[in-house]
Amino acid sequence: MSRKIKVLMAKLGLDIHWRGAVAVSRMLRDAGMEVVYLGNQFPEEIINAAIQEDADVVGLSTLGGNHAVLGPKVVRLLREKGMGDVLVLMGGVIPRDDMPALKKAGIAEVFGPETQIQEIVDFIHANLKKASAAS
Amino acid sequence: MSWTELLPALRAGDPLALSRLISRVENQGSEKVQIMKTVFAWTGKAYIVGLTGPPGAGKSTITNGLVELLAEKGLKVGVVCVDPSSPFSGGAFLGDRIRMTSLDAKPGVFIRSLASRGSLGGLSAAAKDVVQLLDAAGKDVVLIETVGMGQVGDEIKKLADTTVLVTVPGLGDGIQTFKAGIMEIADIFIVNKAEREGADETVRDLEMMLSEVEPKKWRPRVLKTCALRKEGLEELWESLQEHRRLLEQSGQWMAQRRNRANTILLENSKEHVLEKFQRELEKDELLLGMRRRVDEGSLDPYTAALFISEYFLANRT
Ligand SMILES: Nc1nc2c(ncn2[C@@H]2O[C@H](COP(=O)(O)OP(=O)(O)O)[C@@H](O)[C@H]2O)c(=O)[nH]1
Ligand SMILES: [Mg+2]
Repeated sequence: MSRKIKVLMAKLGLDIHWRGAVAVSRMLRDAGMEVVYLGNQFPEEIINAAIQEDADVVGLSTLGGNHAVLGPKVVRLLREKGMGDVLVLMGGVIPRDDMPALKKAGIAEVFGPETQIQEIVDFIHANLKKASAAS
Repeated sequence: MSWTELLPALRAGDPLALSRLISRVENQGSEKVQIMKTVFAWTGKAYIVGLTGPPGAGKSTITNGLVELLAEKGLKVGVVCVDPSSPFSGGAFLGDRIRMTSLDAKPGVFIRSLASRGSLGGLSAAAKDVVQLLDAAGKDVVLIETVGMGQVGDEIKKLADTTVLVTVPGLGDGIQTFKAGIMEIADIFIVNKAEREGADETVRDLEMMLSEVEPKKWRPRVLKTCALRKEGLEELWESLQEHRRLLEQSGQWMAQRRNRANTILLENSKEHVLEKFQRELEKDELLLGMRRRVDEGSLDPYTAALFISEYFLANRT
């Protein structure tokens, strides 16, 4: 078997800042992952793309205030569609106070703007849930 | 879930089942041959279109507009986007979907991004299998987007019923440098970004070059599109259908399906033999001995290679 970790990277909602998500995508590629860059998208569409790509990881990037609702919605829809084993990560500017609620809703980890890429790579390797994903 | 359980869902149009089967096949899982041989009987119906051309020409934007149009007509469409893997990390940045975000919500549309994973021609080794799976899943049309470089043109031609080459104005000199044979490969030429200056010239250049190619039953079309404004896409679909009709009338449609089966046969036999050979090379004492002698310098590699292959073939069981 030749497996690669497949990551779907999306910007939540109407967020227009995109450099961060593209940069992280490139760095995950350099760490050997196959990264599908989706651009701005809403939860329903993110789920459809995650299904079609059979993503192991969904990365959600946000700078707006919509993360508290849209992030958990992505997790919920994934579970409804039989993709509950996908690792959902969030990145961007997210108030510390919001983190417990996000994690409780099933977001595996929240990465702030200062995060080193290696932290994200290590986290993915350590926490991949899907049986089909690379170890 | 086992692959046999996924098959009925695949036939019923369930995208998750399709997606999971694609992964198993793409990752060369042990059940790959079982899956492919089971779905083979369901293939051959989809109309397969290859889109190729230089990066940035607008292939993904055209795909987006064309698929929107087809979905409106009630057709089920599969899209395969192939991008190169990084030779350094083995990872890939697959960025075609960003031009196709309006398709993420369309029922009946299924888009899969593939990394080339070291395939020489640039077309993912799994692309053929993925196309077969989309066909088996009941897609009416399957579009394959690849960056046109190296051998990819030949590979696309083998796979697709119709091959479309996308270019842009001002690539006039670029057209001259298209790999030899590319003019013969494409059935339809698109000059995209046609709102830009020089579009008509590029069309003229292409028409002129085509006039120098030996005439065949199908005269390749040269079309202008402005994919960003969704202009020229109806005309593109009309040309595609025209080509399809000719293929069907001339018997080429069926011939292409037989050719595809033959390609699968040859490639898979080679793969199986190679796998077996690889295993023998690692464990057969005599073969290992020959390799040691080459390592030590007491035997030249050419003699050893001849001996090893003859010995392998003579001892096959
Ligand atoms: N001006 C103009 N830009 C276009 C047109 N079609 C696509 N583009 C732009 O060209 C760039 C590359 O397009 P893309 O579809 O990703 O090209 P691909 O690499 O061939 O798939 C994007 O910025 C598109 O918005 C067009 O008809 N006119
Ligand atoms: Mg593209």
